[in-house]
Amino acid sequence: MGLTNQATGFRTLRENFLPARTGSYLVALAGNPNAGKSTVFNALTGLRQHTGNWPGKTVLQARGRFTHQGHTFNLVDLPGTYSLLANSAEEQVARDFICFGRPDVTVVVVDATCLERNLNLVLQVIETTTAVVVCLNLMDEARRKNIVIDVPLLAGELGVPVVPAAARKGEGLGRLKDVIAAVATGAMRPVPTPIIYDDDIEAAAARLVGQLQPHLKGRLNARWVALRLLEGDATLLQGIQQFLGVDLSEPGIKLQVKEVLA
Amino acid sequence: MTGQKTDPVLVEARRLAGDPEDSYRDRIVAALYARAQTIAYRTVKVAPAPCQDFDWRLDAILTSRLWGYPIMLALLAVVFWLTLKGANYPSALLASLLFAFQDILTSLFHQLGAPAWLHGIVVLGMYRTLAWVVAVMLPPMAIFFPLFTLLEDLGYLPRIAFNLDNFFKKAGAHGKQALTMCMGFGCNAAGVVGCRIIDSPRERLLAILTNNFSPCNGRLPTLITLAAIFMGGLLTTAAGAVAATLTVAGIILLGIVLMFFTSWLLSRTLLKGVPSSFTLELPPYRPPQVLRVITRSVLDRTLYVLARAVLVAAPAGAFTWVLANVHLGAFSIIDHMAGWLQPLGKAVGLDGYILLAFILGLPANEIVIPILLMSYLSIGMLTEVDSLATLGEILVRHGWTWVTALNVMLFSLMHWPCGTTLLTIYKETKSLKWPLLAAVIPTALGLAACFLVKLLAGLLGAALGG
Amino acid sequence: MSTITSLSNLRPGSSGEVVSLQAWGLTRRRLLDLGLVPGTRVVALRRSPSGDPTAFFIRGATIALRREEGRQVLVRTV
Repeated sequence: MGLTNQATGFRTLRENFLPARTGSYLVALAGNPNAGKSTVFNALTGLRQHTGNWPGKTVLQARGRFTHQGHTFNLVDLPGTYSLLANSAEEQVARDFICFGRPDVTVVVVDATCLERNLNLVLQVIETTTAVVVCLNLMDEARRKNIVIDVPLLAGELGVPVVPAAARKGEGLGRLKDVIAAVATGAMRPVPTPIIYDDDIEAAAARLVGQLQPHLKGRLNARWVALRLLEGDATLLQGIQQFLGVDLSEPGIKLQVKEVLA
Repeated sequence: MTGQKTDPVLVEARRLAGDPEDSYRDRIVAALYARAQTIAYRTVKVAPAPCQDFDWRLDAILTSRLWGYPIMLALLAVVFWLTLKGANYPSALLASLLFAFQDILTSLFHQLGAPAWLHGIVVLGMYRTLAWVVAVMLPPMAIFFPLFTLLEDLGYLPRIAFNLDNFFKKAGAHGKQALTMCMGFGCNAAGVVGCRIIDSPRERLLAILTNNFSPCNGRLPTLITLAAIFMGGLLTTAAGAVAATLTVAGIILLGIVLMFFTSWLLSRTLLKGVPSSFTLELPPYRPPQVLRVITRSVLDRTLYVLARAVLVAAPAGAFTWVLANVHLGAFSIIDHMAGWLQPLGKAVGLDGYILLAFILGLPANEIVIPILLMSYLSIGMLTEVDSLATLGEILVRHGWTWVTALNVMLFSLMHWPCGTTLLTIYKETKSLKWPLLAAVIPTALGLAACFLVKLLAGLLGAALGG
Repeated sequence: MSTITSLSNLRPGSSGEVVSLQAWGLTRRRLLDLGLVPGTRVVALRRSPSGDPTAFFIRGATIALRREEGRQVLVRTV
């Protein structure tokens, strides 16, 4: 069939994503479908691309830029996804960009009216990378629905900065830019609270981390890779080979993974 | 079904079957959700019972068993009625302004002593085509798109997908094809790119191949103009406006029916397979920012139409003028070409010039009617087409009846996609086979439909006459 | 008394609690990602006017599932 993975996945990523990084910061914008991600993107960049109210409208990753405090930030609007487990082309694009595109900051746009569902993605992102800012969007709707969120407590639970905003009305965007700049320049270093799994998983992950570290050489979070391998995520192996040039499915390494799984 | 089974039995059965819930993935996902739940429980202070009442009540109407489909059809009709009625006046105004400027240009060329061929290419070819495209295309687009965008912003499109999904499933297609179909009304090339939201390659191809059945930006105004002239009696009466609206809505519905039919046929022949898994989020309704949407989308459409007019219509106009005014023997090149196509055109209730206009209109559907007019007018006197009435007169003088108009509308709905769309299909599928198929299927259907209409109209005429 | 049934058999207006997923591979992963993990409370909202799919309220979002997918989710009626 004419459609290959390349039409949607890796080639797009290579051609569109990996930018020439000269003196500017790269910011990825992730979020659930309909969390108002495109609205935040427009508000930050001043672009006026139309944002429809239906899932999947961001098929082509929009790119834009803004300057703040004398720094330039290149913003990439990733497809809206519920998860980073690479079950669909969009999820794989989003995940590959966050892992391999090496953004300086990943902003997760969250629907404040539907926090619990949106936190699932936040938790997955903070497992992948530490430079994360949560933008708690649609605060105006949350207020209308009498939903009150304890923002400092939320930031404490997650271990990353949380900025409340109502992008449609322009609320909270100045502060969001401040926080993005602080994380990008290293003035603020988020320390995400790790998610603790059951003993089985933790033990297996710990053994894998030890085996993975020499191969990954710090380019990816080894614990995260270990967890994905335990899940049996084959697309990640492809990604690692493609972007880092490390073939983790070589016989020697694969045997060790199987050993842990056994 | 597993009704009445109690829990322990189920748990035991799962254990015997080698339970996938014990897999690492299930446990990891469950742990993530448990953590999310805990955090939300701690940080969301006042969470009243899910405050979705309004959404649910609106859904109860918009997706109701009784009202779901009638409301969809009514919205479609209202949108087209407003477009038809509303576009009429600005169209006439733009036309008289732009053609008044053409006279100024002409006298300027005469004063400067410019040769006739230069005046012909620049003014009669480029400028006039540009003026036609702007006057005819811009007003309907500037009305249709804001209306459509308002529905989109409200969150109505996923409800259309929800209402229609069962038909897509029966056609072997993906429910999100409803969304790419809607995108196709804007631009088929965009619709084809939008098919990326469909994961399964088979269903994505179905959506790509059938996207052309949504009449795009460049074709809707053609439908609207012809319906206004031939079915709506120039929209001078309320009954005329209703007839024209129903005709346009009918053509759109026919396109949707053909889209289902073609998807069904393909998924039983070339693209065999079962529907893959499907989930669709129905986002909360959001009050659209009416003013912003209207200004934004009117501006976007204006820029879009103007850009297309300059990039495509003007060069095509110059090219067509040359074809229409370079004579080989007694006839112009365009007459020769139309002559070759005449037998096929006549056989399906069109004519050679119409088919030629569609062929020359390959770069963009907007220029089909301007090209047709220019080739008609090259034979007779040069007329300024500054109103629906004169446009109608010219067409009637060249033998058009309501059957011709209906057939042109049908052929506009069903013919090869424009060049950009074909190129996009090639880029998306990396194979020449699919753009070729995307051109052959609608063209075959279109020729067949036109032939059928001509045959039926002939029989009807004979019955009435005899 | 609560009974075990599938999501597609849940009558609009009634709710259930996910017991297990009977799907494998990609479908299973997608359903998990929607938040359909054991213990999740699901409300059946309404069926499409053509009878399928059905909209469910799952962890704060309204999501439509076709009968084929709904059948693979076992729930305990609440």
